[in-house]
Order: sequence, then C-alpha cells, then structure tokens
Amino acid sequence: MSRASITKAHEKIQELSWDPTFVTPVEKYATDYTFEKAPKKDPLKQVLRSYFPMEEEKDNRVFGAMDGAIRGNMFRQVQERWMEWQKLFLAIIPFPEISAARAMPLAIGAVPNPELHNGLAIQMIDEVRHSTIQMNLKRLYMNHYIDPAGFDITEKAFSNCYAGTIGRQFGEGFITGDAITAANMYLTIVAETAFTNVLFVAMPGEAAANGDYLLPTVFHSVQSDESRHISNGYSIILMALADERNRELLERDLRYAWWNNHAVVDAAIGTFIEYGTKDRRKERDSYAEMWRKWIYDDYYRSYLLPLEKYGLTIPHDLVEESWNRIWNKGYIHETAQFFSTGWPLNFWRIDGMDDTDFEWFEHKYPGWYDKYGTWWERYTEMSKRAAGGAPITFNAGADYEYPHRCWSCMVPCLIREDIVMDEVDGQVRTYCSEGCHWTDTVAFRPEYMGRPTPAMGKLTGKREWETMYDGVDLAEVVEDLGYVRDDGKTTIPQPHLDLNPDKMWTLDDLRGYTVGSPNVALNGLSPEDRESAMSKYRRGGPGGRPAREPIAAD
Amino acid sequence: MSTTEAKPEATEIPEGRNVPRPVFTDAEAGAKEFPSSTSRKYSYFEPRKRKASVYEDVTVDVQPDNDRHLLQGWIYAFADGSSGYPKEWTGLKSSDWHKFLDPNEEWEQTIFRNASSIVRQVQASVANASAAGSFETWAKSWTRVVEQHVGAWAHAEHGLGLYVYTPAQRDGPTNMINNALSVAATHKLRFAQDLILYNLDLTDKVDGFDGQAHMATWQTDPVWAGVREMVENITATRDWAEQFFATALVFEPLVGELFRSHFVMQVAAIHGDFVTPTVIGGGEADAAREQRGARHLFELLVKDEAHGPANVALLNEWAAKWAPQAEKAARLLQPIWSQIPEKTLRFEDSYDRAQARFSSQLSDLGISTPEGA
Repeated sequence: MSRASITKAHEKIQELSWDPTFVTPVEKYATDYTFEKAPKKDPLKQVLRSYFPMEEEKDNRVFGAMDGAIRGNMFRQVQERWMEWQKLFLAIIPFPEISAARAMPLAIGAVPNPELHNGLAIQMIDEVRHSTIQMNLKRLYMNHYIDPAGFDITEKAFSNCYAGTIGRQFGEGFITGDAITAANMYLTIVAETAFTNVLFVAMPGEAAANGDYLLPTVFHSVQSDESRHISNGYSIILMALADERNRELLERDLRYAWWNNHAVVDAAIGTFIEYGTKDRRKERDSYAEMWRKWIYDDYYRSYLLPLEKYGLTIPHDLVEESWNRIWNKGYIHETAQFFSTGWPLNFWRIDGMDDTDFEWFEHKYPGWYDKYGTWWERYTEMSKRAAGGAPITFNAGADYEYPHRCWSCMVPCLIREDIVMDEVDGQVRTYCSEGCHWTDTVAFRPEYMGRPTPAMGKLTGKREWETMYDGVDLAEVVEDLGYVRDDGKTTIPQPHLDLNPDKMWTLDDLRGYTVGSPNVALNGLSPEDRESAMSKYRRGGPGGRPAREPIAAD
Repeated sequence: MSTTEAKPEATEIPEGRNVPRPVFTDAEAGAKEFPSSTSRKYSYFEPRKRKASVYEDVTVDVQPDNDRHLLQGWIYAFADGSSGYPKEWTGLKSSDWHKFLDPNEEWEQTIFRNASSIVRQVQASVANASAAGSFETWAKSWTRVVEQHVGAWAHAEHGLGLYVYTPAQRDGPTNMINNALSVAATHKLRFAQDLILYNLDLTDKVDGFDGQAHMATWQTDPVWAGVREMVENITATRDWAEQFFATALVFEPLVGELFRSHFVMQVAAIHGDFVTPTVIGGGEADAAREQRGARHLFELLVKDEAHGPANVALLNEWAAKWAPQAEKAARLLQPIWSQIPEKTLRFEDSYDRAQARFSSQLSDLGISTPEGA
C-alpha cells in the first residue's frame, strides 16, 4: 500500500457507504432472522488495494508450481489410486466454491452492516478465484495424468452422478432458502469454519503423500483465504446473537448445518483420504484422528463451545454422535464400501484394498478386518473381468444388501440400525439417522417450534438417484450417463486400476443387470411388509451384510 | 489388491525419518494406450472455436442446469418453490442462455492480473506526482472539483458494485453470466476504493484538501441528487438483467462516461493534474469491459429466434424507464462544468458525445433511443 496504513485505509473506505433516501432496499432473499444495526467491525480490515497484489502473488506461486510439476514429470510418481478419486472430488468442489460467491448477496441483503458488506464482497471475489483455479487444476490433471477419462466429462458427470448430487447440497445449501440459514450458518459457520479443515488441509496432505504436490499448492492457496471468510461469518453470528428472537433459529440451523456437513463431507473426504491413499505409514494420522484434532478439538471445543456464553445451546449430542458414527459405527468404511459396490455407476476407477491396506486399517481402526476385510477380498476377486462374471453390485456372492438412500443427506442409510422410515408429504421416505429425519420433517418446514418461518427453504428434487433409472438395464444406464470411453464400449468406471484393454470392463459385461430403486420398491409394499422389511434392514450390517436369522417381531 | 503390471519401485527411507516414500508409478499421459487414453478435452460442451479456451474450460457448466446435464433437479428450493437459478428472475427470455460467453474471458488469472496492474499503476502515478511536487501546482478550483465531485463519484461506483452487480451475480441462469457480473462487481468495488484512497492520499498531500467533503456532496448537493437517485433505483430493482442493462448500457454512457471520460479526463491535465485521469482511466477501462459483455449478452437476446421480438419490446420499455433518469442525472451535473477556470469543454459538448454513444449502442441492438434522451 502507499503511505496510508491499512488501518487508515480501511477506515477511509467506510466513508463509501450511505443510507439510501430515494428507495427502500428491495428484499431479494428473505430471512426469518432479525438484525438491528450494529457497528460490528471487520477485524481483518480488508482493502482491495492490498488484496489484489497479494492474491496475484499467490497465483504466481500456484502457476509456477504447475509449470514445475509438468517440467518435473510429477505424474511419474502420482498414485493412480489417489488420482482416480480426484475425478470425483474435483468434479464436485468448484460448484460449492462458486456457490459461496453467489451466496454473498444473501448475507449482504440480510445484515445491515456496511463494513461487513465490504468483507463479504471480497469473499465473493475469493470464491470466483477458488472455483476457476480448481477447474484449472483439474484441466491440468486431464492433460497430464495417464487416464483422462472421467476428468473429460467432469461437470456433466457432476450433474448426473449420484455422488455429484450428494456433493451438490454442499453448495446449493449455501445459496437457497433462508438467507442467513444458507449463507451464514450452513456456509460460513459450519462448512467453512469446521469442514474446510479436512477439505483443504487434510486432503492436500494426503495428496502430497501420494506424489501429487499440485493439489496442496492450489488448495493451501485457497485455504489461506478462508480465515477472512471465517471472520465474516463470526461477525454475523455475533450480530444475530444480539437479538433473542434469533436464538431458536440459530440453534435449529446449527443442528441442521452440523449434521448435514458431517453426513456429506465426512462421507466423501473420509473415503478419499482413507481409501484413496497408498501411504500406509502407521505414524500417519487416520481421518478419524485428524477429525478429532481439527473438528472436535479445534472447532467444536474452541469455536462452538464459547458461543454458549451468549446463551446459545450447542448441538453437543450431534457432535458426539458424529464422532460415534466415525469411530464406532464405521461411517467412512461403510461409505467407501458403497462407492465401490456401485462402481459401474461412477466416473472414476476404484482400486481394491490389499494386505498392506488391511494391516493399516486394523491398526488404526481395531476390528476393521472382521467387518470389512472379507468383502474387500471379494471385491478384488470380483473386479476381474471374466465372461459371465457379474459386477460385485449384482453378485450374490458379495453378501451385500444394496442400501436405502437417505432422503435428507442423500448418502445411503449405511448404518443399518439407525435407519428411520416415515411417511412424509405423502411418500414413504428413509433417512440415515434421526438427525436427517428431523432435517426434513422439522427444520425445513414453514413453522418451527410454533413460530412461522416463512423464509425457510424446502428440500426438493428427485432425491433418490435410483428412482431415475428404476427398472433400466445397467449397461443402458451407464451409456445414458455418458460414462463410456472413446471406443464406444469400454466403461470409464472400472473396479481396478489395470489399463490393459483386455482387462477393462465394457458395456457388454454390464448388460443383463437391472437397476432398481429401493424407495420405489418400499413404497410398493403393504404397510406390514414395509415394517417387516425395515426390521430386517435394521438387523443387517456391518459391512452391508443382510440380516441372516429369521426375524422375530420387533 | 492393485492389478498394475509392474510392482512400483520405492526408494529406501533412512532410519529415523517418517516421510512418505516417492514411488515410480509411471502414471503420466502417454505411458500406455487404452480406450480414452487421448481424451484430453472437456467433452460436454461445444467450444466457441475449434479448441476451448482456458476461460471456457474453467467456467462452462460449473453452475448446473436442468436444461443441460442436471439429472435429479435442484435439491433445495426457496420458500416459494423456486430453486437453483430460476430463468424467471428476469423478464427477458432466451432459447439458450449458455450461448453467452464473456467476451473478456475473465477467470481467476485475468481478474487478479488486471486489478493488480491497475492498483500498481495508480500507486505509481500518485508516488510520481508526489515526488515531483505536482499536487502543489493544481489550480485551487480544480482541487475543489476533485475533493467534492471526483470524491462523490466514488459513491456511485461503490453503490453499483456492492448493491447492483454483487446481488445480480447470484441471479443469472448461467455461470458465464454470473461470473461476468461478479467481475464487474469487483471492478466497481476496486475503482470506488481507488478513488476514495486517492482522496485520502490527497488529504495528506494537498494543503487544505477536505477529505470529508465528498460525503456531503454525494448526500446533500443537488448536483448529485440525480445520480444518487438513479443508483439507488437500480439497487432496488429485482430483475438482474434490467439491473445490468440500466447500469452498463444506460447509466454508464449517459452518466458515467459523461463525468469520467467527457469531463474529468478531458480537463484535468490543463489544470496541472495528470494523476486523476490515471485513477479514473482504470475504472473507465473496466467499465468498457462490462459494456462489451453487456452488448454481447443483449445482442444474443434481441437476435434470439424464438424470443427476440419480445426481448426487444422489453428492452425498449427498460430504455424508456431508465434513460430519462439518466438524462436528469446528467443534466443536474452541469454546474460542475462551470466550476473550473479553464473552460475548454462545454457541458453540451460532453453530453452530446455521451448521448451519441448511448444511442449508438442501443441502435446496434435494435432498441429505440427514448424521447428526450
């Protein structure tokens, strides 16, 4: 900056705002929150004159690293197991980033504080940066990694894959519904402040361990913007806390946002880190260990708990249950298993687990082998393309019951004993947990605890992916999705990493298996049969095992 | 287990070092031939030219659309049931909104390179002028113009950046439109800050420069009431395309260029000021980029085979609604032209230039210039 200090400059730019006298500002995005004007400060004193050169310098470092990676043949040492999962991760993440940019006007419109508006506008620019820099990283992967298939259809696949839809709520949730619920509570207070730790810090660490130093370069550059965003969010929640009428809404939104972020982010990032790595040093932290440090200790204990002094009830029960799901109920392992079960419907390849992996999992998650080891051995066996051999998805020998899907978070109901079934809005729906059942039936409704919440959003869309292809042949589904390679028959998804064309599965190998919707089937049952089916489902698992013994009445 | 053909060769790790082991995996492009091994372009959209630009690759389809690849529809809705990026959020219609590609091809690298370049240019000019004692030679009446009116202009830029372009970038139906609008917001916000921090510099460097005068000028001086009224009216408009049209194709030529190009940049130098045109020039160049984008977008809409005539009719309505406001705002600024000692330019000459450009841009789109504008 020139001779003016940043503090002086920041004070000066506050002079730019004024109170309109000719019009009343239009309410573009409604909120049920109420805010009084409050002189809340932007503690980071964001000024564009210093911001742009700083970001340009960060960019220069990123692009320099990209050039270096190509010249240094980085891809001779990247692990394919890792890179394949990047096809999914980098298909999803640019959308949440750009959605965060789009979310800023929701917060600006709701919060009457011009100083914060300035910080939120800079966040908007950051998010455009993040989205396009991540798309560009993916473009580089497509150009230089051995198998570009899957990267080459990335945004289409994001739009039509079941996994893309799960990821999409971590984005759509920022821009739709009550303005503060979306742009502040879901986006900033929970997603950015808590879960970017595992997204943008743990993921890059694992990438580096798998020979990829570009993901860390790009994502650490992204993460270094996040502290400003966290500061924006914190200022807004403090303003909201100043009005007692907001307390119930804050508590509602903290519950919803926490639980949904856990359900979505832990499922995805946990899988990428634990099942996408080849680095099996026992000293390396597991996802559970990282979660405990960065989310439980750093976020929950250091950030959320202090909010209690403002009279806010923190969802301790949900935080503890999230940990319980990760540590005791095998949430990440169940998710990785589901992704792998459904491999023909992915747009990436999934490597099987071997003895080195088994040893590491057993060390980090005692009891893992008994729950999942045999299934992964079957996965490897069933990954081999053989005449007449069924993919594991449809192979009775897999001993795996295809799961129901959660109506709220859209991750399947993998922890079988926790499934909740309810008839909601005239339809029988399944939920992975009580938390997700509450989200649909209590939180996303026009009334909450007896008060009208006319601005609250709705859960919409065709939320069970399988419904889209109920009764359709698997090969037709894969073809319709566009997950076919340029020879017109070999599929993009493969259950192994072998690129020998003779070993790669084709559409012909997937013909003759019919995709079915568990939800359609469930709705087609009589109430008694549904209860019976649910009872049996709850007795299944772990590892997707169907319940075996005859079922006594519940 | 992995079925790769060759067992990766790992290097030995020295004892006591706990680090990942580099492994030769040979996972680089071209190492093997197999189906799709050369499929190295995004295949889900048609690029404008034979090969997609980086801009297209990093922008197209990042915002999904039910009319393209979105299978399960939007999964969240507002309370009224609208979801995603409703096309009904503007009265204009398109057979294919995705045809719009930003002619400026703005993406991450261009945004920060361009903005940083302007920041450096402005700071270097201020530093050079300061070192040369240039501010001391300014005519006093010109100093008052910069202090009050150039300072007041910063508010207009700020209002349009923060309360017009920033909300508009939530609303457009494609990523290409919304990114262009967010870059426009970025430009306006930076320009507003450039001006107000320049005002701060001048407060430090020019004896008697009143760094606070711009606020009263903007909020209470009748000369600025028309500009402020129009800016506020645009902020209170729900239709994002109307906001873009009113800002880029009505306000900018009739008011923005009138004040920036046809006044400040014409008369500053003869009053000994070579710095203000540099600061203003950065914003002017940005505004020209926004206009290029706006012209392209509205051209696509007026030429739309299915909706062109209806779009022209609506744009004519918008022109008739906003042009009189812009004309009023422009004419109220006239006294500023009399506040400088060197009368090299009459207001009417400046206004004629602004008006000619305004009409020519509308005419290119097949839109009539409203009566009196």
